[in-house]
Amino acid sequence: MRVPRERGPLSRAITAALRSGSTAALDELAVRGTPDAPELAENDDVQISLWILYQLHYDGFDGVAAEAEWDPSLIGLRQRMERPLLEELRRACAPYVEKAMAADGDLSARLFELVEQVPGAPLAQHLQRHATRNQFLDFLRQKSVYHLMESDPQSFALPRLRGRAKVALAELQYDEFGAGRPERLHQRLFADALEACEVDACPGEHVEEAAATTLLVVNVMSALALNRALVPAAMGHLAAFEATSSEPSRRIAAGAGRLGLPAAVAAYYDEHVEADAVHEQLAVREICAPLVAADPACEPEVFFGAAAYLHTEASAGHDLLTRWGVAA
Amino acid sequence: MSGRTGEAAGADVAVTACPEGPLLVRGATEVRDASGAVHPVTRPVVALCTCALTQRSPWCDGMHKARARGRKGRATGR
Repeated sequence: MRVPRERGPLSRAITAALRSGSTAALDELAVRGTPDAPELAENDDVQISLWILYQLHYDGFDGVAAEAEWDPSLIGLRQRMERPLLEELRRACAPYVEKAMAADGDLSARLFELVEQVPGAPLAQHLQRHATRNQFLDFLRQKSVYHLMESDPQSFALPRLRGRAKVALAELQYDEFGAGRPERLHQRLFADALEACEVDACPGEHVEEAAATTLLVVNVMSALALNRALVPAAMGHLAAFEATSSEPSRRIAAGAGRLGLPAAVAAYYDEHVEADAVHEQLAVREICAPLVAADPACEPEVFFGAAAYLHTEASAGHDLLTRWGVAA
Repeated sequence: MSGRTGEAAGADVAVTACPEGPLLVRGATEVRDASGAVHPVTRPVVALCTCALTQRSPWCDGMHKARARGRKGRATGR
């Protein structure tokens, strides 16, 4: 894929450095919000910059050497964005983490309860009942930023886990990656859905139109999965993702049917109703619960990761509804 | 194994009950539901509905959570 268009001075500098191969000037760059987007979580320039830098660990870019992945100046700039961004998220999620820590029940019960506590955007209901075809396709394009690389970030956690949690994550990922059948790879199923709607399914194709809040969801996934210190949060994040998938997927599949979209669209969401009913149990009971049992000190991190997913996903959902002129 | 949700056949079937949720089944090659219909298993782990509310019998579709939410008097989920 090609490097996406810049959105401000940070991404401009990164793009120039990737093109020239000379990155030392990046060491002088300060990371800060702008008057219209003071929080890094909402800042277009920061979010596209992070997305570009994380992509060096996935597919990379045309014309950019693979070795750029570990360039110290690029890594250093990424950390100068990642750290304050995660601090912003910790502040936003702290009330939910504190409540989950103090609640009754075992880890699994409290994690499922936290998922119920963090409010979501009524996006799936809108897609089910009222969305126009154009709104639905806009939704698919925004979501393609993640779904064309679905489950890739979580794979980075495998070497960072042990025992039952490692085996359960491998089990979950095996299903996400088609259970041995390339045509059932979830990334492929989403690409099939896009192509059936005559929407380009090349990875990264729709990144340039992705809102900062959409990029934030994937960037947080990458941040958590790529840092060993954050693995408990990465698994809490995964648990919340899986635990909020089946019901919305049911609604979205119904919406695709209502609009008469090609069968491949409902097929993607139907697969997720069933698959994620399994995956949420694996992620909560067989990944997160054993992690915390082995190291109780990581319990707040698991809750933080879960709340961070729910919070960022809700922001992205509200943004889309606002963009479509739908009152939340 | 057999039970309310049906029978699972396979060489080495392992079942885990999720509290207030589905049965996780590993090692099954097919599942026979309460009406006798046979469903091939295509996943490494499947979740069999135990609340009888699923619209995708015999597989769990998360409806047990909607019921739990209703019991607690909460608004509809996502």
